[in-house]
Amino acid sequence: MSRRGSTALAGDPAAGAVSTGSAPGAADPPIGTARRQLPTAAWALPPVLILAAVFLYPLALVVQQSFSPDSGGTSLQPYTDVFASTAFREALGTTVWLAVGATAGCLVLGFLLALVVAFVPFPGGKAVAKFIDVFLSFPSFLITLALLFVYGTVGMANGVWTDVTGAHSGPFQFLTTPWGVLLAEITYFTPFVMRPLLAAFSQLDTAQLEVASSLGARPARIVRRVILPEALPALAAGGSLVLVMCLNEFGIVLFTGAKGVTTLPMLVYSKAILESDYPAACVVAVVNIAISVGLYGLYRVVSRRVGA
Amino acid sequence: MLVHSRGGRWATWTVFFALFLPVFALPLLVIVAASFATNWSGAFPSGFTTGHYGAATTGDSLQALTTSLVTALTASVLALIVGAWAALAAAALKKGGRRFMDALFVLPVAVPSVVVGLAVLVAFSKPPVLLNGTRWIVILAHTVLVMAFAYQSVSAAILRLDPMYEQAAASLGARPLLVLWRVKLPLLLPSLTAAAGLCFALSMGELSATMMLYPPDWTPLPVQIFAITDRGSLFTGAAVAVVLMGTTLLVLLGVSRIRTRASFR
Repeated sequence: MSRRGSTALAGDPAAGAVSTGSAPGAADPPIGTARRQLPTAAWALPPVLILAAVFLYPLALVVQQSFSPDSGGTSLQPYTDVFASTAFREALGTTVWLAVGATAGCLVLGFLLALVVAFVPFPGGKAVAKFIDVFLSFPSFLITLALLFVYGTVGMANGVWTDVTGAHSGPFQFLTTPWGVLLAEITYFTPFVMRPLLAAFSQLDTAQLEVASSLGARPARIVRRVILPEALPALAAGGSLVLVMCLNEFGIVLFTGAKGVTTLPMLVYSKAILESDYPAACVVAVVNIAISVGLYGLYRVVSRRVGA
Repeated sequence: MLVHSRGGRWATWTVFFALFLPVFALPLLVIVAASFATNWSGAFPSGFTTGHYGAATTGDSLQALTTSLVTALTASVLALIVGAWAALAAAALKKGGRRFMDALFVLPVAVPSVVVGLAVLVAFSKPPVLLNGTRWIVILAHTVLVMAFAYQSVSAAILRLDPMYEQAAASLGARPLLVLWRVKLPLLLPSLTAAAGLCFALSMGELSATMMLYPPDWTPLPVQIFAITDRGSLFTGAAVAVVLMGTTLLVLLGVSRIRTRASFR
């Protein structure tokens, strides 16, 4: 049972998702399965029915509503209307570039930080890993709230600037732009990359590093030729998870309070709650579901394929 | 050990903390610092006060705290029951069936939570089940959202379970239900409590779906924080945020104590 070594990550979404599909055949069919065939399948029925009632049925209604314009009947009218609007196109563009940018940032930052925690150990490294766990259990919007105090119009950075230079206002005014959202997303989602990376690094045989190093390889070369290939599955899994989460992030954008930054989830919210335009909200929701379920499916396939 | 020279190690650590502290530790510290301040226009907050905590633990905010606690507790328990049941049932299925259950029960993670909120709103604002305007619509949405995480952690734990125990029990003549109750569930208890803690923390911080659904008399903490900061009372918002973080941490700590005690058995 070599799998026993990876118990450390039982409690978190990323690791749970990663390890779910990774061990086919671990639960051997109990003796006498054939005799109890029908009852075993029947046991799965109640939770599936509950899920269908509270989740699948509502989703189906959203899809149905997206084909039902306010004028009545069933038509593609809501889709053509929404796709023609600039608000939707801009939201789609903003969502995608923010998600891709934040994912790239998280991967770079997460890889560097995990590298140090795993391979240049220092006293307190365990505490850092614990801190990351705690960090993951806080909601995302707290980061935006904190950034308001750090880079806000009267926050820390601008306060220092005006104190030092005597200027009337500071230069940090990016919080209500997409860059503020990007910074908050990178901050919040980097730990989601670090978790699977640290798990992967802990399984790496350090003798390989010692051998490479004793043969004269410089640290940069060891990272490139030994560690990076080992880390690729974890990077792929963590990166695609973060990509999906960034696409769906709502709290950070809402707290930024920027009129100029509209992402797809934000558009769903404003169409449904602020404008009460349910068909349009449902159309945006269907597009959002298609993108994120598609990517999530890809993430599951990738993480299963590489066995991360 | 990747870097062998002493100087190189110190340089690496310096770079590490120069990245780590501002990016991860600073935001949390800043919120705590701001919750005690009346003013922040320089490098450091000024005007020490505990007054914001007075506002954060009375009236609307206190009600929001109890609302959040009740919602998170109910949603976690419901999600854990359904999720663990589904995971246990899925583990007994053949490979195809297990894949199907896996895909089905992780779907709520893949669907954006705002959309889950919208879907629940659309579905339960009309007969046959009319929940809009009640607290149950919020609890229902939270349950759906955290159920996937409960399912994932429990099914990951089942995969790691040594099948020898249940096979031994079964070979001694124990019926499947007895094996489940006396062997599987006790062995899974640590993961179940861990999953419960995770569900609770997620539900405490849930904002997206809640924003779509909350009735005026059932305002959870994240919505309350948004309402306060949106009004411009950033410092009170920070104090309420500290209350939220503290409560979440306390519950997680309590849950991890249960876990260590259970794993001694």
